[in-house]
Amino acid sequence: MANDEQHGPGGMGSQQSDDSAGLTQGDILFDRHGMQLPRQELIQAYRTMRLIRTFEDRLAQEVDTGDVPGTVHLYAGQEASATGVCMHLTDRDFISSTHRGHGHAIAKGVGIDGMMAEIFGRATGTCRGKGGSMHIADLDHGMLGANGIVGGGPPLVCGAALTAKTLATGGIALAFFGDGAFNQGTTAESFNLAMVWKLPAVFVCEDNGVGEATSSEFALAGDIMARATAYGMPGQSVDGTDFFAVHDAARTAIAHARSGKGPYFLHTKAPRYYGHYAGDPDLYRSAEEKDAMRQQQDCLKIFRAKVLGAGLLDAQRLDAVDAEVAGIIDAAVAAARAAPSPDASELSTDVYVRYA
Amino acid sequence: MSRKSFRQALNEGLRQEMRRDPRVVVIGEDVTGGAGASGDQDAWGGAFGVTKGILGEFGRSRILDTPITESAFIGAAAGAAITGLRPVTELMFVDFLGVCFDQIINQAAKFRYMFGGKTKTPLVIRATYGAGSGSASQHSQALYPLFTHIPGLKVVIPSTPYDAKGLLIEAIRDDDPVIFLENKLMYDDMGEVPDGSYTIPFGEASVPFEGKDATIVAFGRMVRIAKRAAERLRLLHKIEVTVIDPRTTSPLDEDTIIEAVKRTGRVVIADEAYPRCGMAADISSMIAEKAFYHLKAPILKITPPHSPVPFAPSLERHYVPLPSKIEAAVKSLFDGSRENLH
Repeated sequence: MANDEQHGPGGMGSQQSDDSAGLTQGDILFDRHGMQLPRQELIQAYRTMRLIRTFEDRLAQEVDTGDVPGTVHLYAGQEASATGVCMHLTDRDFISSTHRGHGHAIAKGVGIDGMMAEIFGRATGTCRGKGGSMHIADLDHGMLGANGIVGGGPPLVCGAALTAKTLATGGIALAFFGDGAFNQGTTAESFNLAMVWKLPAVFVCEDNGVGEATSSEFALAGDIMARATAYGMPGQSVDGTDFFAVHDAARTAIAHARSGKGPYFLHTKAPRYYGHYAGDPDLYRSAEEKDAMRQQQDCLKIFRAKVLGAGLLDAQRLDAVDAEVAGIIDAAVAAARAAPSPDASELSTDVYVRYA
Repeated sequence: MSRKSFRQALNEGLRQEMRRDPRVVVIGEDVTGGAGASGDQDAWGGAFGVTKGILGEFGRSRILDTPITESAFIGAAAGAAITGLRPVTELMFVDFLGVCFDQIINQAAKFRYMFGGKTKTPLVIRATYGAGSGSASQHSQALYPLFTHIPGLKVVIPSTPYDAKGLLIEAIRDDDPVIFLENKLMYDDMGEVPDGSYTIPFGEASVPFEGKDATIVAFGRMVRIAKRAAERLRLLHKIEVTVIDPRTTSPLDEDTIIEAVKRTGRVVIADEAYPRCGMAADISSMIAEKAFYHLKAPILKITPPHSPVPFAPSLERHYVPLPSKIEAAVKSLFDGSRENLH
């Protein structure tokens, strides 16, 4: 997909009908979709993806210093998926996330400083230091939480969608989950329940091809799209390294759910650059595979090549975003390191709203 | 005030809360019974008839039948609770927690803490418990100690129709996840229940029997069995017993228990849950820590054996402690006849 810019503006006339359900991976024409986005949204998309990448790359370094408690799971490589999807959502829409949740939180609008402080276990964190990387949640921004349990999110999304439907908020709820979680019963049950209740829900399987250290070549039987089809759920499979492909498919998916037609399924395929957790030597994947994914499946490089090739943005503008983001992450790390740790008096507060 | 069954009391409390608050929704398997089928659309009203008639009054947007899919619907209720609804779910048998435990203990119970106190989870999970109906090992357990063990959950075990209604309304209005357990043999129990709405606070025991000589702590259906033992002890042995029904295991009214133990110096804990790491063991250790020097005899725990609930009536009859066993236990605290207990 990296050479999609070759289509150029001349491809406009050859685009398919607006019913993108007929499109398959590789058919998404950049010019059709890229041109639809205002310049401001293109910058926003790039900035969100760059924020996630820089956040995660920096965390990998910070983990090596030994100052980050516990474990973090990094989302680098998959930025286009969270970004392309969440650009269609507002604060009234809810997402559930996974143990690899930083990207979803950033794309959904959770504050960078609070997230960084949370991951460092500080009192100024999003969850006041009580959740950590795997439990970052921000209900005000519709973020139902990263989740330490693989497959924990899809049932919660059914409930958030039920709230939207019952209270007629106009919102939808969307579950991000991995190819690993697609083998959990909770995910299968949620597909069924969402269809039975005709919920305004979207299920996004972010397929990075590996659950912890086990390849989905081994762990996942059958065909991913067929799993949605089996429940009668419409869906699309897109290249998760191509922001424009994700953004376009997500528009269809979210509009479908929002209009009351019931749930929709998206399959986005993109690599996980790091091992399962930061510090995992990742010996289960070959050096060739890891080199190739970083060279050929980098959503940021692909995005840059497309918008520069089409003359939609100039390199200086994108470089300025990179510099701005680097400053934001530097400041977030410095602030987190300087922030106070939660006081011991906080140990058993917030267990209940009220307890006799 | 009029006489109502345990089942009617629950139904009435639920309906009153649904009228009061449009965010209250009922979710569960066969809570109407008949969805999509050719006959009566409210055929069951719950497997034990507790939600019967709610469909007619409130419609399908307020009472949602589910597929047989406990993980999904309990999880959905948890997700709905943190986004603006106040779901009352029915887990038909508490034994089925085995297929949705993650959604209860890792999700609903922990949202508030993990999210730094920034969310509320107003979720009620109703479930039946208890042996004595010939339902065998997977439909008869008294698993409340498992929930009591988990910080973030509240656990309610009503023992009378009056308590059932007041505690259920309290549970629905509570902003934390509440496990509400109903003994399946008690649905037809009758008692005085006010027609209007009322609440009973959590963590406040009731004391249905007052006496100076010994204390029995009991939960749920065991309260009635303990009261029967207390009556016999008074009539036959001139032993005056205080019976304490904590009504909630989390929070637990420790003060009332400790005060009674200090006053009577003798205590038996009668519980239908398994003996190991159960409520009887929990309360026993609490008494040992806080009232040890007031004890005139050892703390006795009367529970079923460390064994699954059997099927055959001849075996099940011996499973839940009988009044005679509690009676013998209390009596032994006075004459040292502990060998008669087993």
